[in-house]
Amino acid sequence: MTQLITKSAKELNKLFLSKELSAKEITEAFFSHIEQVDPKIDALNLVTKDLAYGQAEELDRKIASGEKLGPLAGVPIVVKDILCVQGLPATCSSRILENFVAPYESTATAKLWDAGAICLAKSNLDEFAMGSSTENSAFKTTKNPWNLNMVPGGSSGGSAAAVASLEAPVSLGTDTGGSVKQPAGLCGVIGLKPTYGRVSRYGLIAFASSLDQIGPFSRTVYDLALVLQHISGYDPKDSTSINIDVPNYINLKPDAIKGKKIGLIKELMGDGIQKEVKSSVEDSAKVLKDLGAEVVEVSMPKIKYGVPVYYIIATAEASSNLARYDGVKYGFRAGGVEDILSLYTKTREEGFGQEVKRRIMLGTFVLSSGYYDAYYKKAQQVRRLVTQEFLNSFEHVDLLLSPISPTTAFAIGSKIEDPLAMYLADIATIPPNLAGLPAISLPCGFDSKGLPIGLQLIAPALGEELLLNVAHAFELKSKDMNKVPELAMA
Amino acid sequence: MITKEQVEHVAKLARLALTDEEKELYTKQLSKILDYIDQLNEVNTEGVEPMTQPIPKVNVMREDIVRKIFDKDSVLKNAPHEEYGFFRVPKIGE
Repeated sequence: MTQLITKSAKELNKLFLSKELSAKEITEAFFSHIEQVDPKIDALNLVTKDLAYGQAEELDRKIASGEKLGPLAGVPIVVKDILCVQGLPATCSSRILENFVAPYESTATAKLWDAGAICLAKSNLDEFAMGSSTENSAFKTTKNPWNLNMVPGGSSGGSAAAVASLEAPVSLGTDTGGSVKQPAGLCGVIGLKPTYGRVSRYGLIAFASSLDQIGPFSRTVYDLALVLQHISGYDPKDSTSINIDVPNYINLKPDAIKGKKIGLIKELMGDGIQKEVKSSVEDSAKVLKDLGAEVVEVSMPKIKYGVPVYYIIATAEASSNLARYDGVKYGFRAGGVEDILSLYTKTREEGFGQEVKRRIMLGTFVLSSGYYDAYYKKAQQVRRLVTQEFLNSFEHVDLLLSPISPTTAFAIGSKIEDPLAMYLADIATIPPNLAGLPAISLPCGFDSKGLPIGLQLIAPALGEELLLNVAHAFELKSKDMNKVPELAMA
Repeated sequence: MITKEQVEHVAKLARLALTDEEKELYTKQLSKILDYIDQLNEVNTEGVEPMTQPIPKVNVMREDIVRKIFDKDSVLKNAPHEEYGFFRVPKIGE
């Protein structure tokens, strides 16, 4: 059993297609592991046994009768509980959606099931994806599988911790300001935030619509490419999805790194960056050099404005997107109200948690009469300047390199009282998101406490192929990738 | 900086019935966040076109065809209070 759960998605698919394992056996093995491990890490909001066994049965029937099978046949996957899977709760880890059952299927998950993937569970997150630690969940705090006193990062902390602890080989998260990349880094797994528009967001419950993007987690670059391959593409149901063909991501070419120029971002290697993180990223730069890349230092002085720009734009968009939660059509409704206005205000007061209310307040303020120009418009202008700085940099280099997070995983409870300190955890992940760029988080070492360190590689828009190829080259040289926490092997 | 009165005004706009403790807390926390955000004032943005989203702006048109996406029952199942196939709310107006 332990052997089986350590397998990659690619290997599981092979074992299923060669009839060495049935889909039912694969599913059983993962559920049995989840029962052992999840009470310790609390990564999952809901284990979806009925759905999983139904999908497994269908796969086993198809293989027995020689029917055509999809490219993810037999691959178990965990889905962040902010994506709609028809007939399952989609809670966003919020009281306000605790009883909401999705009446439709998100495009990304529909594509996974069509490709033969098996849905194991919906994973925990910071409420409405707002946070960097998964402590803002209304239901539970997910723990870091490498050290249970530490946060897994966020907001997709459940999806990251699930893959790190072998609850699934792959999972889906969403990334608005770093919600895939940062928890991937803190949990020692691989995470990708695709180009804005690469993956359809139909059925993704909206947080900040000019930033939100769905992205995969995995423990191997191939598995990441495999999931990305099958969730990407144009979708008429999402007017922001890009109508450009999806390249062949799974045909990985590690030699593509040769002769590429990689820029190490100076401003993300200075003050406030943990020493061990910095030296680990420097060591990784040497590895990339040994692999045939040229590494140069790049200065991006505007990058420091990423966090303040983000906390205006993302909160403004959130205040608008979350206006729909009014206790009328779905979700939680407060009791003991006399009129429609108190129905709205009491429902929202009781249904939303602290961080969500704080962001709705900030977003409403920056959009309010008299402050719109000073805050919202200003932030949109600086967003363009930050984006322009990326475009300028990519005239000189093929990829950009930085730490994924200024520190390794921090202790549960250590930043929850200080929102600004928490926001600064996303200092490296936010800027590429403002520009809509794809970026990958790769494990690149461990600190003295045994906590994972992650690096970030950023590509120009639609540069996922190069990111994956370079990541794969790095993976083949790395000692620290694909390591698994002890807790998962017990 | 933001005052408690401004917090109360914003809460009203956002349809949030904040408690007194929350008003105090948000006044303090939002002030600190806004002070941090104020560093944007050092950036010269004269003549810079505001950026609304990362991909080039295009209007996405589609044929105006009626399609059934949800069935009524599965939607109403999520309603906190449903009656006769409608959403029930407290009385609005006199």
